[in-house]
Amino acid sequence: MRAILDRELKAYFRGPTGYVFSAFLLLFVGIYTMVYNLKSYLANFEYVLDSMSFVFMIIIPFLTMRMISEDRKQKTDQLLYSLPMSTSKIVLGKYFASLLVLALPTAIMCVYPIILYMYGTINFLTAYSSILAFFLLGASLIAVGMFISSTTESQVVAAILSFIAILVNFFVSDLANFISSSSTASFIAMAIAVLLLALIIKILTKNGLFAVILAIACEAVLALLLYTKPAIFEGLFPSILKGFSLFERFYRFVGGMFDLTSIVYFAMVSMIFIYLTVQSLEKRRWN
Amino acid sequence: MIEVRNLTKIYGDHVAVSNLTFSIQSGHIYGFLGPNGAGKSTTMNIITGCLAQTSGEVLINGYDIFEEAEKAKKLIGYLPEEPPLYQDMTTIEYLDFVARAKRVPKWERSDQIYDIMQTTQIKSVSNRLIRNLSKGYRQRIGIAQALIGRPEIIILDEPTVGLDPKQIIEIRELIKSLGKTHTVILSSHILSEVRALCDIIMIISRGRLVACDTPENLEKLFTGTASVELRVKASELETRRALSHIEGVTQITYKASETDGTADVLVETEGKEDISEKVFFAFCDIRKPILRMNLVTKSLEDVFIELTSDKKEPDFETLGGGAEEDSEAADAPAGRDDEEKGPGKEPAPRPDGNIIGDAEGNEE
Repeated sequence: MRAILDRELKAYFRGPTGYVFSAFLLLFVGIYTMVYNLKSYLANFEYVLDSMSFVFMIIIPFLTMRMISEDRKQKTDQLLYSLPMSTSKIVLGKYFASLLVLALPTAIMCVYPIILYMYGTINFLTAYSSILAFFLLGASLIAVGMFISSTTESQVVAAILSFIAILVNFFVSDLANFISSSSTASFIAMAIAVLLLALIIKILTKNGLFAVILAIACEAVLALLLYTKPAIFEGLFPSILKGFSLFERFYRFVGGMFDLTSIVYFAMVSMIFIYLTVQSLEKRRWN
Repeated sequence: MIEVRNLTKIYGDHVAVSNLTFSIQSGHIYGFLGPNGAGKSTTMNIITGCLAQTSGEVLINGYDIFEEAEKAKKLIGYLPEEPPLYQDMTTIEYLDFVARAKRVPKWERSDQIYDIMQTTQIKSVSNRLIRNLSKGYRQRIGIAQALIGRPEIIILDEPTVGLDPKQIIEIRELIKSLGKTHTVILSSHILSEVRALCDIIMIISRGRLVACDTPENLEKLFTGTASVELRVKASELETRRALSHIEGVTQITYKASETDGTADVLVETEGKEDISEKVFFAFCDIRKPILRMNLVTKSLEDVFIELTSDKKEPDFETLGGGAEEDSEAADAPAGRDDEEKGPGKEPAPRPDGNIIGDAEGNEE
């Protein structure tokens, strides 16, 4: 795993990727610090992170697009497959390398609250827990991007898909406010979501029967719940959307709440997508 | 060393490898020979664990390539069809990465890389970016990569494709020298290459193993008749009379030259016995000179074409008496077919060894 990690890390900093990533992130930190802290005489660094979290939409796809797809393109995946090393170690090596690339600018960010402290009053706990959440948010998004990169051979496609995925994640909590919170609307939305999920499962596993059975079972449960306890569906879909949103979780830290469940959630999302990436690589051997 | 049992790989509805069974003994160079798309690369990818089989099993020194992947993969060095090189690294960085990934202990890493660079003659490019190197060097780095970790088995998928003739010769020399210390399996669709390099040839056609033997045995086994080609200074009548005393002669073709009174004669026999000595004395008796005499055996190319042609597949029983260490492999059921090998359909025999140059030339 170390070998893969070192190679990937070197690759990031041999080309422009690592530098551009750090520079871009720090540029935005600088701009927003100037606007939110220096110009408005506030020492709340978390506001900076809050406002600039959208930058992830651009820089995460930039970081993750080549993670797996490039190996496939230049056929080095053959080497990785033939190494006496498990696929999960390969994936973890790649994942941790990009985490380190994210950790570098994040570490520099940690200096900002100290600078701000010299000129005003600052709540260090909020500032640093926000930085931690910012990093964890990035870590989860990297896992998502890595999975998307493993599904395609083209870096461009990987970048666009990752961008869309993060975009949806970013706006979903805002959009959720506009969705009707009536129980019928929630039921319909959930029913469609189940169908979509079944479709994805069918595509991934190529097992039509299993997907159909799963879909029917879930739909039946939903219908039963609607019939017996319609109150459950009241506002259910919008709150599920919000619950899924990674950005929504991050905002809690900005609001001054050190939310342990959110940390668990970030870790879980990362692990799930790392697992999916491993599966996606394993699956390619079976084609 | 390597046991492959009932290996089958199906892509969608295309059967790439069908019920392949063979075993590979240590200390030989094996050649997978077959036309493009015969399933050579697929087989190699499965043996090296890069691809999962649909059914069957592959054992490397007793370790299942799938169940005990790490142990099995440690024994194999693999060069895929396209060398899997990271273009953004220098040669030495790349080899160091592979050595670390293969968990070569730190204390012997640099020595081993140095040795391997020496063997593959890439020391002169050790600090250059792989991106900027020629195909020949990349292929060498690919082989160097396979050698790292000192695996017992080296598997090379079409190692000479896309190289210029000089590079081909160099790579072949390299493979030959590797064969002294490793078990080497290489694939190729170039006959002369396999013939020149390999101790044992495995001919694969449409996903089936159709033959597995030494080059000499393959030629011998498929020579239905032993014919002799002559140039004599004798009339047709004298020739026919002289040869009529020899047992087993089935056909005599006499073709007189128009200029110098000589004639080309083709003598065909039913058995596999070499009749050249008898022919010599027959002409001695009538005091007519033989100017040239040539034993005609079927060339490996003919065997190859015959085995891989779409029309028919040979009866596997004919290959039963192969080299001892491969009798097990030769029992493999691949290519078993009810069709009898009809001698009438065989391609015309050619003088041995003439085709090597041609076959190679076509590939460049």
